[in-house]
Amino acid sequence: MHQFSQLISALSHSTKTNEKLELLSHYFSTADERDAAWVLALFTGRKPRRTVNSAQLRLWCREAAGLPEWLFDECYHTVGDLAETIALLLPPPEKGDRSMPLHFWMEALISLEKAPEAEKSAFIRSAWEQLQPGERFVFNKLITGGFRIGVSQGTIVNAIAKAFGMEGAVVSHMIGGNWDPRATTLPQLLHDHHSNPDDSRPYPFFLAHALEGSPSGLGAPANWQAEWKWDGICGQLIRRNGQVFLWSRGEELITDKFPEIAGLLEYLPDGTVVDGEILAWDEVLHRPLPFQNLQTRIGRKNLTKKQLQEAPVVLLAYDMMEWNGQDIRPLPLRERRELLETLVKTADRPALKMSPLIEYGDWDELAVLREQSRGNNSEGVMLKNAGSAYQVGRRRGDWWKWKIDPFTVDAVMIYAQKGHGRRSNLYTDYTFAVRNGDQLVPFAKAYSGLTDAEIAEVDAWVKRHAVEKFGPVRTVKPELVFEIAFEGIAASNRHKSGIALRFPRIHRWRKDKPVSEINTLDDLKQLLAAQM
Amino acid sequence: MQPVLTFTEGGIYCPAGDFYIDPWKPADRAVITHAHSDHARLGSRHYLCTNDSVPLLRLRLGKDISVQGAGWGETVRIGGAEVSLYPAGHMIGSAQVKVTVGGQSWVASGDYKTENDGISGAFEPVKCHTFITESTFGLPIYRWRPQTAIFSDIEGWMRENEAAGKQSILVAYSLGKAQRLLYNLAHTGKRFFVHGAIYNAHQSLLSAGWPLPAVELITPETNKSEMKNQLIIAPPSAADSAWMKKFSPYSLGVCSGWMQVRGNTRRMNADAGFAISDHADWPGLLQTIRQTGAEKVFVTHGFSSVLARFLQENDLPAEAVRTAFGGEEETETSA
Repeated sequence: MHQFSQLISALSHSTKTNEKLELLSHYFSTADERDAAWVLALFTGRKPRRTVNSAQLRLWCREAAGLPEWLFDECYHTVGDLAETIALLLPPPEKGDRSMPLHFWMEALISLEKAPEAEKSAFIRSAWEQLQPGERFVFNKLITGGFRIGVSQGTIVNAIAKAFGMEGAVVSHMIGGNWDPRATTLPQLLHDHHSNPDDSRPYPFFLAHALEGSPSGLGAPANWQAEWKWDGICGQLIRRNGQVFLWSRGEELITDKFPEIAGLLEYLPDGTVVDGEILAWDEVLHRPLPFQNLQTRIGRKNLTKKQLQEAPVVLLAYDMMEWNGQDIRPLPLRERRELLETLVKTADRPALKMSPLIEYGDWDELAVLREQSRGNNSEGVMLKNAGSAYQVGRRRGDWWKWKIDPFTVDAVMIYAQKGHGRRSNLYTDYTFAVRNGDQLVPFAKAYSGLTDAEIAEVDAWVKRHAVEKFGPVRTVKPELVFEIAFEGIAASNRHKSGIALRFPRIHRWRKDKPVSEINTLDDLKQLLAAQM
Repeated sequence: MQPVLTFTEGGIYCPAGDFYIDPWKPADRAVITHAHSDHARLGSRHYLCTNDSVPLLRLRLGKDISVQGAGWGETVRIGGAEVSLYPAGHMIGSAQVKVTVGGQSWVASGDYKTENDGISGAFEPVKCHTFITESTFGLPIYRWRPQTAIFSDIEGWMRENEAAGKQSILVAYSLGKAQRLLYNLAHTGKRFFVHGAIYNAHQSLLSAGWPLPAVELITPETNKSEMKNQLIIAPPSAADSAWMKKFSPYSLGVCSGWMQVRGNTRRMNADAGFAISDHADWPGLLQTIRQTGAEKVFVTHGFSSVLARFLQENDLPAEAVRTAFGGEEETETSA
């Protein structure tokens, strides 16, 4: 546990991906092999089901420290993290430092699942007494979850690849799917020979740069293929050796999450790799459902029938990298697209569609068409040179994304709340309102978009102008006006305002604007009506 | 009967002696607990502070201020009040102010810490009827480790930096924390390179006879290689500044009680946070309040309403008072 606790501490202090990679790779090559499997499981979303809840942890901590509930809550609001609050409040540990390994603690926690409350309490209390303060924090995190150490799946994969001298794509393959950290060690997992990693190996994605200004500098429109820029999950579908694999752009295997797409197995020939967008699809209107629908499918381990019905998923195909087992990336786009069209037509499945081309004569016409993006629930237009190869990474020149500008409204801040992690004890999370007659109606929360200096300024202002206190939330005088940008708007019966925004963020601080000039709820409703 | 001290627009006021303690508006007479800028402000006509604070007040407020020094425990009569100063352990010269009028004694703590850091004076609880306490770290999450443990962490961190070829830079408040670090790290035999803000305070303390190690002022001519494997100390304002970037590659260690919470370390982009504070922690506050024997407690700057409520629930009459001293809501002061 000591080594794991040091790893967490070092990772949370490090801001550089390379440093994190080194730390992880060192850990994976030196740690207990069973612990290493657990770390991988914890960092890749395979945390076991919780056996102790937050309310229980709070209660037992208060009992151990002899604190009233209100005082515990004050501490929690200041720290902004339950696991850390508890670690700080517990009385100093007893001297006996017998540190059990991580896998011991994980298995012990799992075994509490059916235990009576008294047994759970006794176990947790005795664990707290045995663990050193730094380890207590980590132990609590094992229960409450979310280490917030900024390690992506890609970094984990690269760290393991480095530690074991393997290729990243092979590691990705071996650690994907369902496995139980109780039943394996990391080396066993990596050298399991039941499947050939080459079968699932994806191609690196080719990504477009943002186009600044107009496309008129790109030359003749006839050389450029235009498509809608869909707002889903970028994916790569592979069928090789009688198996199907779906990768996300984060190089994560997500085949299990999208059974509709996995079901294409029988309809595709071996040796096929397709690049496309995973979208929740409206078969009646022939366009994607708003992103919120796809969101109901992300992060769920077990899908219900209802979810499958309400948010059916399709792959909208953009491109093809492999055909008949041949790497066809060097072929010109127009030829790859022809092959892809044949493939889609032959498969003839609702879950696999072509991403349609936009017909346009000249750049001006395309600019007009681009303005309709929102009506398709898309984010703008993609421009691809019809003669381009499928390249690697983000490259300038052949592929461009030409996004529409976000929606913006001017709104006033009405609540502020302290943030978490590196923003704890700073008021960084704000709620904004628009006018409705003489009332202010909250319609969006935003956490990002200000510089550190602006955050400090707003924080100091909030501290001086807080009107009321509701737990961690401060009501402030409605004075500060901000321009809020967002990508989409949908009706919602969960919000008082009746609307839900997609990706709201602070665009800028309108110090020049008085509260009397902010937007109204009617303005938002008009935006919404224009979407229908 | 009039209270010994009252809380007014201009600060803590003694009607019987017609003076203020750490006033935030100019006053005729000001009794100053210590030389930090939120307690010792410009503009009063006469200042009274400890002998040890006199040079620091002159450094901060100007050479020509009218200032009277008093020894520890010495009684100074001001009008109808008797005033005496006792060690607060917060920084060099820091004092608690005891005011007695007609047999009633009140003590205003200013800022204090209960652990003896070797240079800021040994805190002593002062018996009184009414105690005015600070509460900068008035939450039970603030429980300091002994400073010997923290200094051994700091030394370990410096060794790690040397092994990694990184310059060690500690960030500490220029008056108080910086001297505490220097005094307690003197035995390492390192050379100490400091930012101008720290250098000035240091010179005036050296000439007042304080046993502090020598420091070297960092100038544009200072050679980077000379500082290799030595220690740089800089004030919080220099963290991640252009001035600091020149010392790359470096590791930044922040010394402040706020570093007790991980998020604060990350927010300051610090590579290491050392929770070393010149304020009392939660157990220190509670123990001191008990030891004063006070029947009534006023809680000022910090988590004042939290501490006051806790004391009330433990059957000690207590009240939170708003003051203009640095506290909870301004995290980058002398903590």
